Amino acid sequence: MTPKGSAWKFGDNISTDLIAPGRYFHLRSNLPEMAKHVMEDADPSFASKVNKGDFIVGGSNFGLGSSREHAPTIIKLAGVSAVLAKSFARIFYRNSINVGLPVLICDTDKIQTGDELEIDLVKGIILDRIRNLKLTFAPLPKVMINILNDGGLVAHIQKHGDFKLS
Amino acid sequence: MGKSLSEIIISQHCQRDVKAGEIVLTPVDVCLLQDGTAPLAIRQLEKLGLKKLANPSRTVFFLDHAAPSPRRELSNDHKFIRDFVAQTGAQFSDIGGGISHQVINEYYVNPGDILIGADSHTCTGGALCAFSTGMGSSDVAVAMGLGKTWLRVPESFKIVVRGEFPLGVYAKDLILHFIGKIGADGATYKALEFCGETVENMTMSQRLTLSNMAVEAGAKVGLIAADKTTQKFLKEMGRGNKYREIKPEKDAVYERSIEIDVSRLEPQISFPHTVDNTRPLSQAQGVKIQQVFLGTCTNARLEDLKIFYEIVKGKKKNSSTRVIVTPASRKVYLDAMKSGYIQAFMEFGAEVLPSGCGPCVGVHGGVGADEDNILSTMNRNFRGRMGNPESNIYLASPAVCAATAIKGEIADPREFLTVKKGSSAKSSKKSSKQKKKK
Ligand code: SF4
Repeated sequence: MTPKGSAWKFGDNISTDLIAPGRYFHLRSNLPEMAKHVMEDADPSFASKVNKGDFIVGGSNFGLGSSREHAPTIIKLAGVSAVLAKSFARIFYRNSINVGLPVLICDTDKIQTGDELEIDLVKGIILDRIRNLKLTFAPLPKVMINILNDGGLVAHIQKHGDFKLS
Repeated sequence: MGKSLSEIIISQHCQRDVKAGEIVLTPVDVCLLQDGTAPLAIRQLEKLGLKKLANPSRTVFFLDHAAPSPRRELSNDHKFIRDFVAQTGAQFSDIGGGISHQVINEYYVNPGDILIGADSHTCTGGALCAFSTGMGSSDVAVAMGLGKTWLRVPESFKIVVRGEFPLGVYAKDLILHFIGKIGADGATYKALEFCGETVENMTMSQRLTLSNMAVEAGAKVGLIAADKTTQKFLKEMGRGNKYREIKPEKDAVYERSIEIDVSRLEPQISFPHTVDNTRPLSQAQGVKIQQVFLGTCTNARLEDLKIFYEIVKGKKKNSSTRVIVTPASRKVYLDAMKSGYIQAFMEFGAEVLPSGCGPCVGVHGGVGADEDNILSTMNRNFRGRMGNPESNIYLASPAVCAATAIKGEIADPREFLTVKKGSSAKSSKKSSKQKKKK
């Protein structure tokens, strides 16, 4: 898998309240509708600007806050192919893998909005074509690679009948 | 090498010695779901083709986030959950029953349990020495279907707390201070273990406040050893037989050890829009507040309501400040009525809402206006948290909220407290205990 697309840069501490605001709580059973508001409180025009395949790039502690799996789900539904950040909050990180959204830990300081990125998920390399950057990202634990490769947790359990740790 | 509390509990579940850093498959004792996360979890379970729950008597569904329902879509979600509960025999707490983290600890969680909840503040159960952690709907769906989950055994931070709380300073101030110090991601993926004489002397209510906010430092769990106080709480809740002492082994390994002396701590305020943006009260006084909120899984237990009551009884709230109270559970609500607190709150000018999350999650019951400043006993103050990204949320203890509701601006509760009566039973009990020790 080598997704390509543009970067959308955000700052530190992007909470799940910014990604999936509580005032859209009533859309939790209507995720395609909720996805129209993705990242709304961080950038109100994001949902209308993002193109299929693009990347969200954060700073540190991306996804802090609630356990709402709706947050990574609507990021994925909006067409985002991966989220890159210097660090992630624990529950958001685990949820992203469970919904099949790659989350990559790397040094995002130099990446800017509009940069063209190309990511090799197998080799663990991020290329920034605009800034001529080659970044590496930390490998995931095996169980998470298995879940991600199977397309998310439900598909993973359907396939193996259990968690596959190794 | 000895074991931390997390290593002890997970080892017992895996029936072998596990160490920090290992990834394990473990049985799960209790599952928690709420109305915001349950519908997705139920759909995931249906996709998995699992019709039965592994443990219906300890899988608990709560309608607390949007309760009573303010909208048709949410009413339909509630109905969907009620139907699922009826089909599977899961446990259920309907609207008005209270906030999941309060009720689950009142009735379901025991020391040494592993509790997985589809809500980030599931870590509250650490106060009962249960390995309790928040996950998403899919993870909890698998846990309630298969009765197990995977975990990375966390490294632990030992937080040693010493000293007696000064007048007007509480567990909430301690945890706000700690998060300000360590940062909102200072303990990401780690387990916190709170210990030391101050924690040993704390009531269960205060311990629940500490553990509740572990996730605000990024932690997976915030554990406290199971001791006499745990035993007393379980007895009061009618399950004294579930008590067992659990304490970390003597030579347990900690990644970090942090000491905090509370004897000179001031009341603390977290400024918008992150929990770690903490300042002592003296640097916050004078901030005008349009809404005070006493509620949430952090600080809406009887003890919290009592602290608020002792400051506001017989007084009138400031005319430019709205005051909203949500008791943490039906039990707390009833006890507060018997104690006369609810009557006093209403005479003071507060609105008392049904027990539940209330305005905490920004769905209903107290959304702020643009540029409103809200002072709350909540655990988080992220932009937009209470439904309006243009209002500002400040965090504090129930005592600071009470003083502020009177003055209309962030105010010092110590002005309203006297050393003798003051923070009452709690601080006087503590000092007599300490005297005995000496
Ligand atoms: S009171 Fe607030 S923080 Fe606690 S469970 Fe409810 S919404 Fe979450």
